[in-house]
Amino acid sequence: MEEKDIHAELSSIRDLMERSAKFISLSGLSGVMAGIYALIGAGIGYNLLKTGNYEGDNIVFITELFLVAFAVLIFSIGTGFWLSYKKARKIGRPFWSTGSKRLLINMAIPLVSGGLFTFILIYHGHYGIVAPATLIFYGLALVAGSHYTYSGVKSLGIIEILLGLLAALIPGYGLLLWTIGFGVLHIIYGAVMHFKYDS
Amino acid sequence: MKISLDQFDKAFENRIRLQIMSVLVANESYDFNSLKELLELTDGNLASHLKALEKEAYMEVQKSFIGRKPNTRYSVTEKGRAAFKKHLQALENLIKQQKL
Repeated sequence: MEEKDIHAELSSIRDLMERSAKFISLSGLSGVMAGIYALIGAGIGYNLLKTGNYEGDNIVFITELFLVAFAVLIFSIGTGFWLSYKKARKIGRPFWSTGSKRLLINMAIPLVSGGLFTFILIYHGHYGIVAPATLIFYGLALVAGSHYTYSGVKSLGIIEILLGLLAALIPGYGLLLWTIGFGVLHIIYGAVMHFKYDS
Repeated sequence: MKISLDQFDKAFENRIRLQIMSVLVANESYDFNSLKELLELTDGNLASHLKALEKEAYMEVQKSFIGRKPNTRYSVTEKGRAAFKKHLQALENLIKQQKL
């Protein structure tokens, strides 16, 4: 056995340990797309806020805003699944693997709790802490999921949590910080991931 | 330069067995079909290597059912983890020796 063989052996071991435990078909481009959907959604939300005449009819405005946010979520998840599936096919790895299952389960726990909590906030009329709550729970979901995919996802999660706390601290900037967290950060992180791992 | 393989674990002389162990030490447990897909092996080939590792008591088997489908999961034993560590250490030592 020669030295370069040993190096090859060690790196193949490291690669397998990584590959067996993590989902590395996550598409960077889907992050960019999610960011763009969030920016469009925030734009629509801002317009509703500016042009609408909602005096005494707050519930209509909240419902419209909620539908926009829901559409952003559905489009983002759909694109994420589709592009990651395509990437998995391209690099010849199974999409539905041990890694992707663990990633989904670990992200779903904070995400579903956060979603239900947000519903409860809306139900009780605490609209001001909806944006901070979604940012914080989404950040927690990313941190929880980061063990099962690219490690960079963890720092994105921590920034989302900090943005959420900031949004809770200074009322009135919810939409702005939400736009930064879900729009701008996704585009930056998605682009970095795309150029680092996809190309 | 050729190096003797004396200090290496005989069970890991086969590359596929070492690969199986790499997967098992990185995960709490792993099922037969996922292992087959990951390592791109046939049923028979994988089964024979798994049997060899089981005989060394480097891993254990848990058989269960999901619905009606049998689900066989493998996990590394303490003995297997120690042997794997020792084998990696031997590989690393060889590299160090050659650099001196």
